[in-house]
Amino acid sequence: MDVLGRYRNLIVLVGVLFAQVLGLAVQVKRTTDSEPTRLIRVWAVGTVTPLEKALVWTRTSSRNIWHNYFYLRGVRAENRTLKAQIERMSLEQVRMSQDADQARRLQALLAFKEQFISRTMAAQVIGSSGSELSRSVYIDKGESDGIKADMAVITADGIVGKVLRVYGSTSLVLLIDDQTSGVGAILDKARLQGILRGTPSGEVVLEKVMSDEAVPAGELVLTSGGDGIFPKGLLVGRVTKVSSGSDLFLNIRVRPAANLSRLEEVLVVTKIDERQAEPGQTGAARAVDILAERLPTVPPKPEIAEKGDVPKTASPGTVAPGSAAPTTTAPPTAAPTTVAPTTAAPPTAAPMTTGSAAKPKAASPEASASSGGAAARKAATPVSSSGTASGTSSGTPANASGTPAVKVSPKPVKAAVQPQPQPKPQPAVQDSPH
Amino acid sequence: MAITYTSGEQVEVYRFSIPATILIPLIAVFLQAWLPLRFPFFSIFDLPLLVVIGFATARRNPLAGLVTGGLIGILQDALTHQPIGLYGISKTVVGFGASSLGIKLDVENIGARFLLTIFFYVVHEVVYFMIARGLVGLHMAWSWPHELLSGVANALLGVLVFMLLDRVKQRT
Repeated sequence: MDVLGRYRNLIVLVGVLFAQVLGLAVQVKRTTDSEPTRLIRVWAVGTVTPLEKALVWTRTSSRNIWHNYFYLRGVRAENRTLKAQIERMSLEQVRMSQDADQARRLQALLAFKEQFISRTMAAQVIGSSGSELSRSVYIDKGESDGIKADMAVITADGIVGKVLRVYGSTSLVLLIDDQTSGVGAILDKARLQGILRGTPSGEVVLEKVMSDEAVPAGELVLTSGGDGIFPKGLLVGRVTKVSSGSDLFLNIRVRPAANLSRLEEVLVVTKIDERQAEPGQTGAARAVDILAERLPTVPPKPEIAEKGDVPKTASPGTVAPGSAAPTTTAPPTAAPTTVAPTTAAPPTAAPMTTGSAAKPKAASPEASASSGGAAARKAATPVSSSGTASGTSSGTPANASGTPAVKVSPKPVKAAVQPQPQPKPQPAVQDSPH
Repeated sequence: MAITYTSGEQVEVYRFSIPATILIPLIAVFLQAWLPLRFPFFSIFDLPLLVVIGFATARRNPLAGLVTGGLIGILQDALTHQPIGLYGISKTVVGFGASSLGIKLDVENIGARFLLTIFFYVVHEVVYFMIARGLVGLHMAWSWPHELLSGVANALLGVLVFMLLDRVKQRT
């Protein structure tokens, strides 16, 4: 008894440590979920996050009052700049819509299944885990808002992470720079797939890319869709450094596009639609017609138009149903300005049809190469600023500009038919492989 | 004035009121979770650890120190996605050690507090590192310069935190 009293403190210390180690071992052993500690976590989160929410709400409200009612310096100039920007972007949107239409038609022909972000929910970041070894943040949306585990979390700049744990009114988001996270990623131009992981120091690396591949610094990294969480084509970041790593793989450092250390508002992807592109949505298209669209155009000749075979190539079938009516009347601005750049090079047409089986998002890299990363993001997954997104909404208005209205050229058809073993025209629906 | 006697030395023992005992750790954990969002450099600090050291050295009771350290550590663990116990074990050890050392050393002057904080910060990191690697299997890199620099930064902040704690502690 005397010994117990003398070493009482040490014995208690050993007991407490033993209990915690035992608890730790149980948690590590259970790979499914941390159910045994659920109650502790709920209590802790329930204690801390209300304070964080209140503080964030106060801060946001005071900032909004200041910015919306008092600090209005330079608003008129900014308004002018934004209007000019809208005009520029409207023109760009017309061109990109045409590219997207074309991609959809090709996808329909090849029976691709696409993933569209169909619903998102805006959430505010209210706190972090407070640990360098647990790179995660709390958002102010939880189970009551329809948030579920494994939902993707993004910003307008790029992906952020995934929902790891869901509580009543808050959720824990695991960031992509945490060492326990993993994202299926693909290099934009090289089309090499890998796994994006965080490191203990907070850097992001792309793993599992063979060392004999050439990966230039500065290349964009997109989601590959292989992880089942992030839809394909979302911007992840940019390659900053490539070096030969251990084993057979490259050591590729990636700088995330989203600023993970200063997150304020994020979008939780609450619904992803996976659907097959339907030819009916974009028009009864044939491969030859689509290839013909991409080739240089020739002004329509009256005598050719009278013949029976030529209108087949310029048939209304090449145009989306909603925009098919004015096929022979070239739109005043859209056709010359937008069709010409995209159809300038015939060689781009052939790989699009032949190689797209392995690269369903072939349109995105082209868009990014021509108009930057932001354009690529929009082309890949059209997330609207309002928090909702639609993969098909951009199609119809763009067709109103009448993209394929001037596609009357026998020569492109010959060029397009050459690689085809069966040049015999077939009904559009039968062109779609299964 | 209540004074306890340990090994023939006079050591003052302090206590904290119940609201202070509950609220101060909560505020520390809250700030630790919230401030890095606004100031990313703040993640180098470990405010709950400073509170554990401050409480332990003031109370000079090893049992109270390890319990306080364990509870604050578990609370901190619960906010992360890692298994609960990583911070819990580390802070239990620090709480016990700081209160045990507080009996033997004069921890009222700034220099002693500064050195004590650096020492226990390194102890905390070593224990955390060992558990994270050995038990949980996390990949971690150890860097002495980084740890020492973080220790100095925490010690500087610790001196301020201890001055604030001095204002709320009461003599037993």
